[in-house]
Amino acid sequence: MKSLILAVLRFYASSIGKKIVVALSALGLLGFLVGHLAGNLLIFKGPDAINAYAAQLHDLGGLLWVARIGLLVLVGVHIAATLQLAAANRAARPQEYVVSATLRATRSSRLMVLSGLTILVFVIYHLLHFTVGNLHGFYDADGAYRLEDGRQNVYKMMVDGFRVWFNSGFYLLALGLLASHLSHGVSSLFQTLGLTTPRTRPLFRLAGWGFAVVICGGFASIPVAVLAGLLK
Amino acid sequence: MNLTLKVWRQKNRNAPGHLAEYEARDIPVDASFLEMLDIVNERLIEKGEDPIAFDHDCREGICGMCSLTINGKPHGGKGGVTSCQLHMREFEDGQTIVIEPFRARAFPVAKDLAVDRSAFDRIIQGGGYISVRTGSAPEANAAPIAKDVADRAFAAAACIGCGACVAACKNASAMLFVAAKVTHLNSVPQGRPERDRRALGMVRAMDEAGFGNCTNQYECVAACPKQIPAEAIARLNRDFARASLKETLAG
Amino acid sequence: MTSIPRQSDTPDARIPSGPLASKWSRHKMDSRLINPANRRRYHVIVVGSGLAGAAAAASLSEQGYKVSCFCYQDSPRRAHSIAAQGGINAAKNYQNDGDSVHRLFYDTIKGGDFRAREANVYRLAEVSANIIDQCVAQGVPFAREYGGLLANRSFGGAQVSRTFYAAGQTGQQLLLGAYQALEKEIAAGGVKMFPRTEMLDLVVVDGHAKGIITRNMVTGELAAHAGDAVLLATGGYGNVFFLSTNAMGCNVTATWRAHKRGALFANPCYTQIHPTCIPVAGSYQSKLTLMSESLRNDGRVWVPKRKEDCGKPASEIPEEDRDYYLERKYPSFGNLAPRDISSRAAKEVCDEGRGVGPGGLGVYLDFADAIKRLGEPAIRERYGNLFQIYHEITGEDAYRQPMRIFPAVHYTMGGLWVDYNLMSNVPGLHVLGEANFSDHGANRLGASALMQGLADGYFVVPATLPNYLATQKPGAVTTGHAAFADVLREVDDRVSRLLAVNGKRTVTSFHRELGLLMWDRCGMARSREGLQDAIAKIRALRDEFWRDVKVPGTGAEFNQQLEMAGRVADFLEFGELMCLDALEREESCGGHFRVEHQTGEGEALRHDDDYSYVAAWEFTGDVTRPRLCKEWLAYEEVHFATRSYK
Repeated sequence: MKSLILAVLRFYASSIGKKIVVALSALGLLGFLVGHLAGNLLIFKGPDAINAYAAQLHDLGGLLWVARIGLLVLVGVHIAATLQLAAANRAARPQEYVVSATLRATRSSRLMVLSGLTILVFVIYHLLHFTVGNLHGFYDADGAYRLEDGRQNVYKMMVDGFRVWFNSGFYLLALGLLASHLSHGVSSLFQTLGLTTPRTRPLFRLAGWGFAVVICGGFASIPVAVLAGLLK
Repeated sequence: MNLTLKVWRQKNRNAPGHLAEYEARDIPVDASFLEMLDIVNERLIEKGEDPIAFDHDCREGICGMCSLTINGKPHGGKGGVTSCQLHMREFEDGQTIVIEPFRARAFPVAKDLAVDRSAFDRIIQGGGYISVRTGSAPEANAAPIAKDVADRAFAAAACIGCGACVAACKNASAMLFVAAKVTHLNSVPQGRPERDRRALGMVRAMDEAGFGNCTNQYECVAACPKQIPAEAIARLNRDFARASLKETLAG
Repeated sequence: MTSIPRQSDTPDARIPSGPLASKWSRHKMDSRLINPANRRRYHVIVVGSGLAGAAAAASLSEQGYKVSCFCYQDSPRRAHSIAAQGGINAAKNYQNDGDSVHRLFYDTIKGGDFRAREANVYRLAEVSANIIDQCVAQGVPFAREYGGLLANRSFGGAQVSRTFYAAGQTGQQLLLGAYQALEKEIAAGGVKMFPRTEMLDLVVVDGHAKGIITRNMVTGELAAHAGDAVLLATGGYGNVFFLSTNAMGCNVTATWRAHKRGALFANPCYTQIHPTCIPVAGSYQSKLTLMSESLRNDGRVWVPKRKEDCGKPASEIPEEDRDYYLERKYPSFGNLAPRDISSRAAKEVCDEGRGVGPGGLGVYLDFADAIKRLGEPAIRERYGNLFQIYHEITGEDAYRQPMRIFPAVHYTMGGLWVDYNLMSNVPGLHVLGEANFSDHGANRLGASALMQGLADGYFVVPATLPNYLATQKPGAVTTGHAAFADVLREVDDRVSRLLAVNGKRTVTSFHRELGLLMWDRCGMARSREGLQDAIAKIRALRDEFWRDVKVPGTGAEFNQQLEMAGRVADFLEFGELMCLDALEREESCGGHFRVEHQTGEGEALRHDDDYSYVAAWEFTGDVTRPRLCKEWLAYEEVHFATRSYK
């Protein structure tokens, strides 16, 4: 057992090892995004659909906590490994170029740490907002966001939340950065896991963009619909 | 043509460096970039000043010795060529050209524009070879290698070890260099027996030397004078993952 | 005509007795061996890390010897072997076109114009096949056919396809193979590598080579290294011409210093002028670039028939007004005539005023027919990188218009004299690869340099070195010996003297002047008057150098001008010996063409009765008065013939 742990640590200690950890954790987070979006889009089916979905999630009880902790671990590992890699990268060039030029790196690829950290800040805000709920009084005792059977009125929470311009603004900004993060991250994932070939490289690039557009477009459709008055 | 040069001058590894400005007048447009530096140096010597130190040897783009970052771009950023193959016709009269060394912690400056790239040799020592003793080789045609496999191996083996990949990388990573050698040796049957050992050993040597890591931006590919493709890095990642898995689980 | 053996006054070449074909195996059988457990007690110094040096260092370390390897570049991977483009010969007869060890041997002797030592050349041909096996096992990605077997191409001076290649980067791939083997041994602790370290002198103790003095090119520190044997694999001296296809750093210093410590310098006048280089474009030029000879497989060489057409674009000169002079003069070899012959033919048409390009110093190498026949993709696959190099340098597209080429100094057949063991007349001092004189006679065939470098490094020296080592007590001489301190002091003095001149002219200006002189008087065509004049001028230039050279900076730092100054100072001495050797050899053979000795048709005229010897020069203490020793070449197997490629 000890030797296995040492072997895993040795793997993690290497640069590519950390990158593989980043890629695998990203894969999990991508799965979460897909599930989360699918649930959210139920809002367009009406209050009952999404509220029922929310209730089902809540009813999972312990399993929900397993998922939450799992997600937290994924996020933690993703960030920790990335920050370690970023620190190593900074150390690798102590003397910067006086004149620096970029040959082909995309803007998204150069903003990965920034976009990632902004998304982190957003996620914290987002959790405080909807999950903990103490930013908007969703869990106030007056029952404004309770249905008659005592379950949460998630539909109303979302609509009311997005009616506030700075909530929607921050949400859309974060989605923009998420799109940027995904556009580079998804194709990178295939590269880091060694799946890219000359034939598949354009496909994975396209997949990265496609995924970013679908996911972020999907999420963005909700505040846009709220602000446009389509969801009330 | 007339040019203004801003050249990184640094007396030795530990001394601080700075950009010094030189006027380069009446440079023939057909001269190579290094010949332009030769002309500037001849004039500096005649004036009793210290000529600019820069590495160069074959001057035909194959030895990998020349190593200039020109206006922020290794080998001038033209792609597919080394500094020694770059010609002044690529520049404009009156242009200001900033010349810096290849910058990386793993490539300390020896003097001015010349850097120490022995870290690359240490990476090769980590496993960039096939362990075959002289005299123990089987008949060359005993093991056929499909032409496309041989061609791919050759394309990766074309790496000249100049270090432009490191210089161009935002993270001073040597992944493309390592990937080229791993792709070359791991794709031919002779290299198979040491495939895992090679991937692990070379990556560890690379990490130890203080290079950064890959963020998949492919600046290296754009700067590579031999146009080693990014797929080599994917292959390195794959081989490393495979080797690690085997090492971790099988011991 | 049979050869007339005469009394040589060089040391014994130690050529084994018996039939030619069994000399090498018999010699290996008769050679002394060193017990594997004892080998690590022997320290071998290898100077140079090209094909010969890296191969020798790696192979000796594999056997168990302790090796120190030195190179002036920042990594052993950069040695100039890397620039060889075309290929490597081996008598594998994979093409079933009649090749054999004997044919490769004969082609090499004939290509060398009957001025090489039979036994050495036969051995070279014999081990050639092992080289390919070795390199393939190392993973060298040679070109292959669809069936997965190795591909071959033909090369100048041969009528069989025996050349193995890796696109136009064969030297690179072979060197990287040897370099990787070397790094493997460094990792294993058998070899200690000293990059950016230049050998400045040889230390001879009681008549035996026991060490070297080096300068660390980063710190300037001089150091002494003692060993039980010294191997020089330091390449050729083509840079005596300033402009050549050699790398900028290639120099004669190691071999010249060894010569001044007693080693005989053989055949210095044998230089190869390669026919297919990119022509000189201007006076600022620092070096010349080779276009692989393999291009002549598919390219046709021509110039306009009439001088008046030379200014016109090639496309405006109709077929009937073109002179495909190689095909005309040498119908059976055509564009694949050997290098010396092709070069001289180019010089002749340019001398007639029919050259093309700037200054009229160029001929066309035209691929139009090959592109029509095989299609552009096929040509691109074979020569793509060469066409790209050509484009970078000239700005011209050789797929659309013919290349312009002109001969340039490329290789030097001369070098330190060695016996069959590759040991010089100084016991312990072994010389490998281009640095020795042994295998190519007066002219080297294409794709044979790589073969020789690797043969010497992988197979010859590892088998012959024990003959010497077994006579030595390992580690008997250390740097504590007074000889080391003496030579170190001399080297230090010389560095100080170079710095102290503090004159007005740059090192490069001297080098350029020497080079022009050598090219004019000791280049493609040589005459008695020209050579005598050159000798006088070199002496004057040498005096001026030591009076007026300006070497900036100090010795205790990274100082590239100082490095160059030391090398140019040696070239200024060596150039004189080259001219003297050319003057003394009153015949034309291979790369040595004396205008006084030619046939009515302008072909080289050999004088076998008087000159079938190796001219080995001994240093007498005065660079202007070397003593000539002759090793008469005894041919047992081949008969002298006039070389004809018609």
